[in-house]
Amino acid sequence: MVTCVNDAMFPETGKAVVRLLERLGVEVDFPAAQTCCAQPMVNTGYLDEAVPVVRTFVEAFDGYDAVVTPSGSCAGSARHQHAIVARRSGDPALAAAVERTAPRTYELSEFLVDVLGVVDVGAYFPHTVTYHPTCHSLRMLGVGDRPRRLLEAVRGLRLVELPGAAECCGFGGTFAVKNSDTSIAMGADKARHVRGTGAEVLVAGDNSCLVHVGGVLSRQQAGVRVVHLAEVLASTEEDAADEPPQTSPATAVGRAPLQGERTP
Amino acid sequence: MSAREEVLGRVRAALADVAPQARAAVAPTAPRVPERPHHEVVDLFCERVADYRAVVERCAVDELGDRVAAALAGAARVVVPPGLADVALPPGLTVVVDGEPDVLGAAELDAVDAVVTAARVGIAETGTVVLDHAPDQGRRALTLVPDLHVCVVREEQVVADVPDALPLLDPARPLTWISGPSATSDIELSRVEGVHGPRTLHVLVVADREG
Amino acid sequence: MPAFPAAARVALADTQLRHNLAHATRTIRDKRAAVVGEVAQWEALRLAGAAVKESALLDLDRHLEQLEERLTAAGATVHWARDAEEACAVVAAVARAHGVDEVVKVKSMATAEIGLNEALAAEGIAAWETDLAELIVQLGGDLPSHILVPAIHRNRAEIREIFRREMAAAGRPAPDDLTDEPAVLAAAARAHLREKFLRAKVGVSGANFAVAESGTLVVVESEGNGRMCLTLPEVLVSVVGIEKVVPTWEALDPLLRLLPRSSTGERMNPYTSTWSGVTPGDGPQEVHVVLLDAGRTRALADEVGRQALRCIRCSACLNVCPVYERTGGHAYGSVYPGPIGAILNPLMKGVGQAGPEGAQTDSLPYASSLCGACFEVCPVRIDIPSVLVDLRAQVVDAHRGDRGVKGEAVAMRAAAWSFSDARRLAWAERASGVAGRVLTRLGRTTLPGGRRAAGRLPGPGAAWTGARDLPAPPRESFRAWWARTRPTQEDDR
Repeated sequence: MVTCVNDAMFPETGKAVVRLLERLGVEVDFPAAQTCCAQPMVNTGYLDEAVPVVRTFVEAFDGYDAVVTPSGSCAGSARHQHAIVARRSGDPALAAAVERTAPRTYELSEFLVDVLGVVDVGAYFPHTVTYHPTCHSLRMLGVGDRPRRLLEAVRGLRLVELPGAAECCGFGGTFAVKNSDTSIAMGADKARHVRGTGAEVLVAGDNSCLVHVGGVLSRQQAGVRVVHLAEVLASTEEDAADEPPQTSPATAVGRAPLQGERTP
Repeated sequence: MSAREEVLGRVRAALADVAPQARAAVAPTAPRVPERPHHEVVDLFCERVADYRAVVERCAVDELGDRVAAALAGAARVVVPPGLADVALPPGLTVVVDGEPDVLGAAELDAVDAVVTAARVGIAETGTVVLDHAPDQGRRALTLVPDLHVCVVREEQVVADVPDALPLLDPARPLTWISGPSATSDIELSRVEGVHGPRTLHVLVVADREG
Repeated sequence: MPAFPAAARVALADTQLRHNLAHATRTIRDKRAAVVGEVAQWEALRLAGAAVKESALLDLDRHLEQLEERLTAAGATVHWARDAEEACAVVAAVARAHGVDEVVKVKSMATAEIGLNEALAAEGIAAWETDLAELIVQLGGDLPSHILVPAIHRNRAEIREIFRREMAAAGRPAPDDLTDEPAVLAAAARAHLREKFLRAKVGVSGANFAVAESGTLVVVESEGNGRMCLTLPEVLVSVVGIEKVVPTWEALDPLLRLLPRSSTGERMNPYTSTWSGVTPGDGPQEVHVVLLDAGRTRALADEVGRQALRCIRCSACLNVCPVYERTGGHAYGSVYPGPIGAILNPLMKGVGQAGPEGAQTDSLPYASSLCGACFEVCPVRIDIPSVLVDLRAQVVDAHRGDRGVKGEAVAMRAAAWSFSDARRLAWAERASGVAGRVLTRLGRTTLPGGRRAAGRLPGPGAAWTGARDLPAPPRESFRAWWARTRPTQEDDR
């Protein structure tokens, strides 16, 4: 599952997941019927509205061995909230379908480390990086140190500690607009910690958190880039050699244009 | 309908959805700390009580009198509970026995410098002394109003942890669990010892007679 | 009380408050982490604590009847109160019966919740708070902002000013040489309150736990003010929420180990007092217990929210909450602030009620980024994020029949419509791609890495872009890229 946010706003993250998984020998499909995990509705309280979205989810992903998503938040939604929505629908068939898809839904780092059993994915990313473990990865899914282990195995990457790393960045879905003042206060503190590390790049496993912290950092003209974990893990020496000038409209730089690229 | 009937009725209505088997579900047992030799339990007790910035001293039975005298060095008037037979108090002090003939009023207690008592149980893991206010410990107010509390705990009274202490205590009696001197962290979370209870807690841990 | 976002805005603007809170919550978080870390089986202990409280709640009627019976047998008088008003009336009647014009109080969330001090004041009875932080709040004419440390929003300089200004009117004045050293301030409180303890005829308390099988009440405290109020007066009235019941004496075990470590970050709090009714010759010889509902049965009836009644008021969830740390407790408009307040208040008051008070209550379940830090530290494993999400659904459902159109509901319905069918989503993405091309050409902001971004947007977009840039939508969605580059796997687009 690419997720609605990545599909519409951060396609490079989805492309990175495809490249990475195919490089690791996984057969990847993008069922075009997929849309969203329904988390925006559930977390704002619109359960009736979430029912058809969850139905779309389970119909799109039924029958696959694993549903991999570059978002701890969306994986958490599938694993922990879809059952609630199914119960609300009163439809036993939907509940049964959720029971099939929910346990097979993985956040990217879980899939790499637990299912594929790899830590070194053969990536190269010659930058100083600090890592923000997003709340849902950390506490809802319990991904633990998997993302860190993956990052530590990336050649050329220097990982620096982010103070207060486990503290929420303040995004929180509709919280970011319903309680925007508090959200921004939290994001500003996170951005301050990021700046304090001296890292060039802030990495996380959720673009929704990155768009929030990145938005604050950008407004502060902090000069720190935000890059999704998948894009770091997908990067290789060849990408770095072809590093384009800093004008490409991508969240991540440090690699060649990706269109149609296939790395076995 | 009385408030009692109405509240109980609301409780029953609120729980109407709960299946009987859910109610009968057994609570998991709380974990216990690993067993260890009793002398280590006593060592831990002393360490943990001292952590609260209480004064902790260990002594043999025949040293107890001297230690109590030393602990009371700054006091002039001392109150003791009526049943504190084991502990000899030093000469030269004004010793008031609560209840002989009268119990002390709050203001009278406030005019006393120190209190000496026994204890019921010591808890090592938490550094706690539990009083059950038997005659060797006295009424609750006795160990509250004076500014110095000298408390005699026998090594054999020390247990490892809270679950070991509870079965030894009778809930029908009033109990006071004491972990260090009175303290507060209400101002900027910085800990200050001594607000309303005794500002000094002096625990004397007396070795078992045979050991 | 304004709804949370507006109240939070005011608090966020107070830099002194934010500094005080950040310092205090960080200090207590670190202390808790250290003492929890030394318990090898903390998770098993949490499970046991949750199970004890859960089993008590699921058989609450039986336990309450047993508690009443044992208390009565031990010489106490048991009263029942449907609501705050009834509970306050019981306490006032006891005070009047003894002809007193003052009572001394142990810090108690239940009596703060029911507004006991105000109710007694209306009867001409002064209720003296004796916990140091409660004294600071009371003298300062302020409201508590934290469950454990009600004056957490005040620093030492502010406290010194309050003592110098207000102590004389309430009794013994502050000494002339009062400094802002915590030890000196605590000594001033000791002297100020001691005369009140020594003369008080009636004490008022709450209880942390009430043991059904033995009729025992338990008060957990630090300063000794609790012991003073529980033992020196002739008469004691304890206001106890019905959810405080635990079935057995042994059931106290996990709770007495969990509470101090979670709360003050200590292995054990300095003083725990337990008593069962009247003890001849020791302490109050007239003992009253008020069993309080005031919304607890409403919470009990909520299948998901019921677990909130397991709360032992440790406030660990406040101390780790990133929202609480920045807004403080007043923004929640209740004596129960922070994550637990964000669920407990709506559960006890009910959501979807008309008027500004209803709107305030309805805003609380949204006062969270759902980061889950609260659940992680809760000693009785209350899944606060899940209860928050469930309450949000209750808020939305309660307003489905409202007249007038709410922007958010429209947006959610529209999103659900496009998310229910990938073809609709693809259409929306193409539209946003067009907008993205416009932004890319006209946008004045460029993100590090070169992507164009929206700067400050007007209208609803301002809530985002007031302090955050927003990347411009890409020209091509992932979906479109996939369809273009992998035509063989294309299905129905």
